Amino acid sequence: MVTIDTAASKRRPRPHAHTRGYKVFRVVNVTVLILVMITMLYPFLMIVAQSFSSDTAIRSGHVSIFPVGFNLTTYRLVMGDATFWTDYRNTVVYTAVATLIAIVLTTCYAYVISKKHLRGRGVMIGIAVFTMFFNGGLIPNYILITSIGFRNTIWAIVLPNAISVFNLLVMKSFFENLPLELMEAAQIDGLNTYGILWYIVLPLSKAVLATMVLFYAVSFWNSWFSAFLYMDKSELFPVTVYLRNLIAGASSASSSGAGATDVAQVSANIQSVTMVLTVLPILCIYPFVQRYFVSGVMLGSVKG
Amino acid sequence: MSSTTDSGRSVTATGSGEKTRSAKYGRKKGSGRVTWSAALRKDWQLYSLAILPLMFFLIFRYLPMMGNIIAFRKFRPGGSIFGEKWVGLSYFSLFLNDSTFRMVFGNTLVLGVLTLIVCFPLPIILALMLNELRSNAFKRLIQSISYLPHFLSIVIIAGMLFQFLSLQGTVNQIITGFGGTAISFLSLPQWFRTIYVSSEAWQTIGWGTILYLAALTTVDEQLYEAARLDGANRWQQTWHVTLPGIRPTMMTLLILNTGTFMAVGFEKILLLYNPLTYPTADVLSTYLYRVGLLSNNFSYAAAIGLFESVIGLTLILSSNAISKRVAGASLW
Repeated sequence: MVTIDTAASKRRPRPHAHTRGYKVFRVVNVTVLILVMITMLYPFLMIVAQSFSSDTAIRSGHVSIFPVGFNLTTYRLVMGDATFWTDYRNTVVYTAVATLIAIVLTTCYAYVISKKHLRGRGVMIGIAVFTMFFNGGLIPNYILITSIGFRNTIWAIVLPNAISVFNLLVMKSFFENLPLELMEAAQIDGLNTYGILWYIVLPLSKAVLATMVLFYAVSFWNSWFSAFLYMDKSELFPVTVYLRNLIAGASSASSSGAGATDVAQVSANIQSVTMVLTVLPILCIYPFVQRYFVSGVMLGSVKG
Repeated sequence: MSSTTDSGRSVTATGSGEKTRSAKYGRKKGSGRVTWSAALRKDWQLYSLAILPLMFFLIFRYLPMMGNIIAFRKFRPGGSIFGEKWVGLSYFSLFLNDSTFRMVFGNTLVLGVLTLIVCFPLPIILALMLNELRSNAFKRLIQSISYLPHFLSIVIIAGMLFQFLSLQGTVNQIITGFGGTAISFLSLPQWFRTIYVSSEAWQTIGWGTILYLAALTTVDEQLYEAARLDGANRWQQTWHVTLPGIRPTMMTLLILNTGTFMAVGFEKILLLYNPLTYPTADVLSTYLYRVGLLSNNFSYAAAIGLFESVIGLTLILSSNAISKRVAGASLW
């Protein structure tokens, strides 16, 4: 990685780079990129600004990216709601349990299919990869989950998405590139397969494990649809479904006529606060873990 | 002449076939490739690690695939998950004659194609622009910020859109600022496609650059030098050296995008649409969701779902075959 980067930066100054046309291009290029950056950030700033603004300011359309009528009342209101906290805690629990199960299953399978000598390896890879291109679909899945009694249990959220084939292939290609001699040496020293995986392979795979934990945790944290389908009680919802219900309530109120605008506007505040609180954990870890995500994508693209 | 070559070819074909068969047989007996029982004896610990994941695939991936059989059978809620009795293709003929189905199928195609046309080239353009930057710090800043939407829950994105496009939202603030009247964007069918595609672009453009930026660093510098000696300017260098250099990456991502374009963002549409915007927003997956889970026509909805999955599979297989032939790049 590092060597490639330096090679890329060394080649920068090319002849022809000082013509007038090129100078104009560079100014345009930088301007457009700054505009892109603003477009990317604007919705975040808008939500944060609204979450600190007063009802009246939002209702009169004065809030853009700076809070108007700064106050913390809405935060107090949302954080005083017991259901919000129950659902927030649910999200934490679902994410933790789901990520743990997903990591264990993905690691085991990736390790097995990374063994090139193994009989049936091709079939086992095929079983996984085929599901990327063809799946049962919503209705058969729904019937299955309801008929095995997963409704209103954590398992409906955790188990059906336990292995992401993309993550599986990322881990597989990582394991394939580990030095074989280490494992052979460990085998001679008397370690069995489980021992090699636990004492030799996993300590060498900390970076890829961290990446996988993050991939899974973010996707479970953000997921809402399985909970929306299979959970009937608000005390079982994750916070994403709580937020979805706020938004759906507000939008149906605003489309149903002028009389309901008050309701919709109060929740514009509340929606913003709930959104801020929901993305906050992701925003907090993002600066530190971004490079793991990028490296995970690169690893997956080596041979998908 | 041609018949002799044909027969000659077929003879060699059978000959080599027999050879491989005997070779396989020999290998099985020999010590190189082991038999199943020997493999199990030697590697049972490895196989044991695969049991739980295989059960996962069997139960949560392959069982639902087989569950699609209810598209051909009458299903009774609470009955067998594989249905009660055969009805043949009657559910399929039912939806092919359903005018709503034709509408949602059209919507799916339009949204899918629009998304592909807009969201496929944008990351390439952004990556090329980033590649021209001199300052690495600025480049890294833009990258970090543009990846951010990728990490947001679709619910958050829907919430942002509702606020951004509301009657008091930013877009309407600008419109009224210029003296126009506020537009209720999310209840007007003619706006839905624009909203869907542009929010999709916002969400995916940054993350999509990762693979292109990686591919750009691997383009051989000597090719640029050769192009310069031939008198190529920057644009010509980009057109004749850079783009061919990242073509395998482009093809791979195009195949992946084409394969998934029928599965247009179900969750996003479910969050954004409402009965007023059904004429442009309702797609196959949202329609079958309402038919199946809100009106309990499970078999009918499963037939639509199966139709959608088969088209998706066909699309990915054929685009892969085409790109293998035309560009020499393929997924497998």
